[in-house]
Amino acid sequence: MTDSRDSSGVPLGRADTSGLRGAPDADPSATDRTPGTSGGAAGAGVSPVVRSRRLSPRRRARLWRGVQYAILLVAVVAVLSAVDRETFTTSVFNLDAARAMLPDLPGAFVNTLTYMLGAFAVGLVLGTVLALMKLSSVAPYRAIATVYIEFFRGIPALLVVLGVAYGVPLAFDLRIDSLIIKIAIALGLVSAAYIAETLRAGIAAVPRGQIEAARSLGMSHSRTMITVVIPQAFRIVLPPMTNEIILLTKDTSLVYLMGVTQAQFELTKVGNNALNSSAGGGMTGLVVAGLCYLVITIPLGFVARHLERRGTKGAAA
Amino acid sequence: MNAVVEITDLHKSFGPREVLRGVDLTVAPGEVVCVIGPSGSGKSTLLRCVNQLEHATAGSVRVLGTEINDPDVDIDAVRQHVGMVFQSFNLFTHQTVLENCTVAQRKVLRRSKAEAEKVALENLARVGLADRAGATPSQLSGGQQQRVAIARALSMDPALMLFDEPTSALDPELVGEVLAVMRELAEGGMTMIVVTHEMAFARDVADRVVFMDGGTILEEGPADQVIGTPREPRTREFLDRVLDPTHR
Repeated sequence: MTDSRDSSGVPLGRADTSGLRGAPDADPSATDRTPGTSGGAAGAGVSPVVRSRRLSPRRRARLWRGVQYAILLVAVVAVLSAVDRETFTTSVFNLDAARAMLPDLPGAFVNTLTYMLGAFAVGLVLGTVLALMKLSSVAPYRAIATVYIEFFRGIPALLVVLGVAYGVPLAFDLRIDSLIIKIAIALGLVSAAYIAETLRAGIAAVPRGQIEAARSLGMSHSRTMITVVIPQAFRIVLPPMTNEIILLTKDTSLVYLMGVTQAQFELTKVGNNALNSSAGGGMTGLVVAGLCYLVITIPLGFVARHLERRGTKGAAA
Repeated sequence: MNAVVEITDLHKSFGPREVLRGVDLTVAPGEVVCVIGPSGSGKSTLLRCVNQLEHATAGSVRVLGTEINDPDVDIDAVRQHVGMVFQSFNLFTHQTVLENCTVAQRKVLRRSKAEAEKVALENLARVGLADRAGATPSQLSGGQQQRVAIARALSMDPALMLFDEPTSALDPELVGEVLAVMRELAEGGMTMIVVTHEMAFARDVADRVVFMDGGTILEEGPADQVIGTPREPRTREFLDRVLDPTHR
């Protein structure tokens, strides 16, 4: 693709110079021929002929843009016309069924947020420890952190949730009764791996000169970390950290594997239950649950962007 | 024995590469020493050994009477008295100009907020930037940033100032404002070691010029003599090239 464009660049370039014509038009013989000599056949082309055969790059770009819009339009029309409107309002987004779910939603909402916050708290504490271990000058600490991170990053969260629910009681003779603590530990173990990597990268991204400047002013190593490195690392780390929270929010749906009571339902479970409810509505429950997740995750993105802006501008105030 | 800096037979290697091969240098109180030489000659490394941003491999570095190569020495306590200005400014990007100048006063010298701000504003006024105290580094030009960096170092009331190519990262038109501040500082009696390529500044301001090449001091003496009538052919060759870029 690129090749064909590249090779076409030569004649196009010539067409371009002929586009500058005016004077050469009047006197096409000697001077106009010089740049075209290498091309042989094309070189003979007097400018109008060359122009009419090829679109200028700008015209071609405009045409291509038009084609893209046309494709989009066709696709949208095709999708809309393929929707069976009746089925859609009865069993995909059935307002009555959605309304029937309403009483269950606030509790599920709170539960989802609680599981997420619990998991994030565990992940943040453990992740910070792991990040510091990874930056440690003691080699075994670095090795342990690396193994941990590779392990928990590499296996599905679902397995960890099952492991904490059923494996840990068997292996350690340790019974945790609180569901919140169990899910916070399970998802926290997983997110700690990601958070550790994020924090480590954020700390490493603070320029060396910042540290040297702080040390040259007489600040100790730890004082430099607290006063200079961590505040700057935090700003660097904010966007990926938001990402982590969004991932955690979605992963809370795995809690159903641990066995939940009515009061412990989170959004996915409520949506899933609505599939079998007497109110009917087909898959409406899942659609509603999905929308509820967006109600949490989209504002999170906004908040992060706001904080980021304030982070860079705030110091100016 | 009351020298501010006393360096004896200093060696520094990075892995197998020996950057300093036995350097001796003494700086008296109030003296301004400019270190010149081609890049890679060890000038910056020498300067960074004075506040131990680099650990010397061998030799002795006494700063304000303290042997800083002694592993038992509290280097942070020595650094409080040694200001450093970097080629790339290194202002704290997450803080305002004023905070840059107060943070170490408060956290290291334990000054009160009011006192730290008073000192900072005095020093910002000294470099002509008191009106930019509320700005962030990114809102300042390179020359202004470097002047803030000088004010930040001065706010610690240092006994010695180290300048590591302070104008090398600046647009040519901004060099003058920084050199003017440094000149004023020198005239005020500050002890300074300046690694620089600004020969006119070295000639005017320095009490002594040190020419380094290949990790050793090749020639040192009064500024006029070293820059005006260098003894060593290597010094002459370097100066010819620096002073007249069309020479080659």
